[in-house]
Amino acid sequence: MRIEDFDLELDPIPGAVPAWRGEADAVQWRALCQQVRDTGGRLLALWGSDRRAAERGLAIHAALIVRRGLVWLTCQAADDGYPGVADIFAPANRMQRAAGDLLGVRATDQRDARPWLRHGAWPDDEFPLRKDFNARTRHVNVPDAYPFVRVEGDGVHEIPVGPVHAGTIEPGHFRFSILGERVLRLEERLGYKHKGIEKRFEQMTLAEGARLAGRISGDSTVAYAWAYAMAVEGATAAAPPPRALWLRALLLERERIANHLGDLGFLGNDAGFAFGLAQFSRLKEDVLRTNLELFGHRYLMDRIVPGGVARDLDETGAAQIGAECDAIERAVALLHKIYEDHAGLQDRFMATGIVTPELADRLGLSGLAGRASGQANDARVQFPPAPYAELGVKMATQRNGDVAARVQLRFDEVGESLRLCRLLLDKMPKGPISADVPDAPEGATGVGWVEGWRGEVFVALETNAGNEIRRVHAHDPSWQNWPVLEHAVIGNIVPDFPLINKSFNLSYSGHDL
Amino acid sequence: MIHSIFTQLLQTLLIVGLAPLLVGWVNQCRAWLQNKSGAGVLQPYRVLHKLFNKDAVLADGASPLFRLAPYVQFGCMALVGTIVPVLATDLPFAAAADVIALVGLFALARLFAALAAMDVGTAFGSMGARREMLVACLAEPALLMVFFTPSLIAQSTSLPTIVETLAHREFVLYPSLAFAAIAFYMVSLAENARIPVDNPTTHLELTMIHEAMILEYSARHLALIEWASAIKLMNYSVIGISLFLPWGIVEAEGWLLIPVALAALFAKLLAGGAALALLETLSAKMRIFRAPEFLGTAFLLAVLGMLIRLALEK
Repeated sequence: MRIEDFDLELDPIPGAVPAWRGEADAVQWRALCQQVRDTGGRLLALWGSDRRAAERGLAIHAALIVRRGLVWLTCQAADDGYPGVADIFAPANRMQRAAGDLLGVRATDQRDARPWLRHGAWPDDEFPLRKDFNARTRHVNVPDAYPFVRVEGDGVHEIPVGPVHAGTIEPGHFRFSILGERVLRLEERLGYKHKGIEKRFEQMTLAEGARLAGRISGDSTVAYAWAYAMAVEGATAAAPPPRALWLRALLLERERIANHLGDLGFLGNDAGFAFGLAQFSRLKEDVLRTNLELFGHRYLMDRIVPGGVARDLDETGAAQIGAECDAIERAVALLHKIYEDHAGLQDRFMATGIVTPELADRLGLSGLAGRASGQANDARVQFPPAPYAELGVKMATQRNGDVAARVQLRFDEVGESLRLCRLLLDKMPKGPISADVPDAPEGATGVGWVEGWRGEVFVALETNAGNEIRRVHAHDPSWQNWPVLEHAVIGNIVPDFPLINKSFNLSYSGHDL
Repeated sequence: MIHSIFTQLLQTLLIVGLAPLLVGWVNQCRAWLQNKSGAGVLQPYRVLHKLFNKDAVLADGASPLFRLAPYVQFGCMALVGTIVPVLATDLPFAAAADVIALVGLFALARLFAALAAMDVGTAFGSMGARREMLVACLAEPALLMVFFTPSLIAQSTSLPTIVETLAHREFVLYPSLAFAAIAFYMVSLAENARIPVDNPTTHLELTMIHEAMILEYSARHLALIEWASAIKLMNYSVIGISLFLPWGIVEAEGWLLIPVALAALFAKLLAGGAALALLETLSAKMRIFRAPEFLGTAFLLAVLGMLIRLALEK
């Protein structure tokens, strides 16, 4: 079938979100990407796969968001590679480099040919995601000399920061080129947390993969678990019962609330306002403890399983969550006023780390940070999977694109999520909480697409015979947003970087996989 | 003579020995103000004990200066603690230095801290040293200006004379001293790396000033620096007390006056520490380039105090 006015045959992918799949040749691949970009679409993810077992060589895939939903486009790579799309979609650059590291499938026009996820842990002529790569082979770790871009000039010097930091945070390297305290350029080096998750998936069955999916990025475990479950349910034509979907939405909103509360505290703390951290940490801790009490896990890991959810909520639990929502709302309203009225704090937040809506659009800024820069994208609103269609989610947006906007957006989203939680509790249908997952046919595909607290989490799944996984690609919104952070810092002073970084709060683990 | 030697010894021990307690008290107050239970007022001692029992690790290429600097900083701060008349005015050591030499001692300690930070050649060390010098070159003139107002009142730059003069007068509020006191408080915050100028508890290496300079230190060296920082806070507190709240200080020979002076000192330090914690809890850290405005204001207030003294209080 054809959708919109794309010049390509597309097959619908069954599942909870509107999605189509199509195979394109090199010319159609670029033309379609260009058409999507011109009509206001976006690139959600780009990844490679090894289809040589089916005598089809290496392939490159793109998940494109168009007006009607999601298009999963596949392009067969020629011997010398495939035509890159980084000139059309800026975020594609690093994804193409990562696909090159992991699969050896490269864009013919890749200008930045440096490795991205490969840090010398395996040789540059071996590719972990190829089917003939033996994951048990031990390689000697060779320290690699990564050529950072040097800024030349009188008085310009570099500050290397990380990958080991003074606080307990994830590893990443930041290379600042500065003049005095002013940042001329920031270059990130990520990949320190590459764990080979996508390779590990290929040794698992569909059921086993659910636990791994929930561990891709711990702070978004619900979003990943749901996206994975959605993909499995699409591939197997399983139908999770309504109550399970409502409970999933409740878990997702609780994850959003907990993370936003934590971030709001740390944003205060990074501006030297420790009072904010103490207060918001207490609120977050209350949410986590209720999670443990009612759902059996503080961060709600493994609560969402293919076919449904692992644990039901009884009447008293629902009442407890409702009361907690009221308490959080009151406390957050008070803290919001304190933040708003605090001149010193607002002075640090305002006009710091600005990403203009134009820049955000050009660079494909997504998720929460995107909405703070006028990019009105929220999968819960635009392509709502059940039960979001019935909830009428109100999207929060800001246009200033500074730290203050990202703070304000978090306050707005906490409020909206609290409203959604109450609504979910009020109208939650009765019934079973899980359904059987039938066996998946060989070569079935499924997609999962969930608006996590950070942005759109995406899972693309292909199956083998016997319920085994052929390929899972899990995509974190951090892929889109890490490059924009480099731009957000330009012209700011060095001591403001931690604050700007925290206002984005991107995942290392979800990006490095 | 015995009396003055005794008070000198007692004061030195108090300032050096109880400095970590003051830091512990401030931290405890901060914790309480944030609704936390806190680590207890003795925590700085536990940290010092831990650090003194560790093996020191030195950066490759660290020169002897790097190892010498902690001792110089500790020595300077301890020396300042002996010459500020806070318990009694007839301290044998107090005559050794006047307020200008006092500022010099602070500057000497800072010079060594900055040199040592740059010695090992890390990006953070030089960054911290650079920022420290930015703060210092604005804070030191302001500190001198603050000292000139009480010096004008006492017609002397000698600390014992100033304290005796101020304490002897009947209770009069000098507007000039009020300006000087506010300026002194602002300078103290900057000099002691407190919020809003610096954040002593941060783990964000890119925002640090003082902490960035000492990132490469460990074990006994770090312990000495931490202790010296605590004594510095104590010194600034007692200087503030001597100049602006001198009541209760022993001025004549009298053994019975010492307990009264001690009680007054503790009460003032408790209140001062709590006030510092309150201010730090209510403030956010400002951008580093606001520090010049902040210290410029302090300088302005100090000059105003002096002008008021010269023009109006004659």
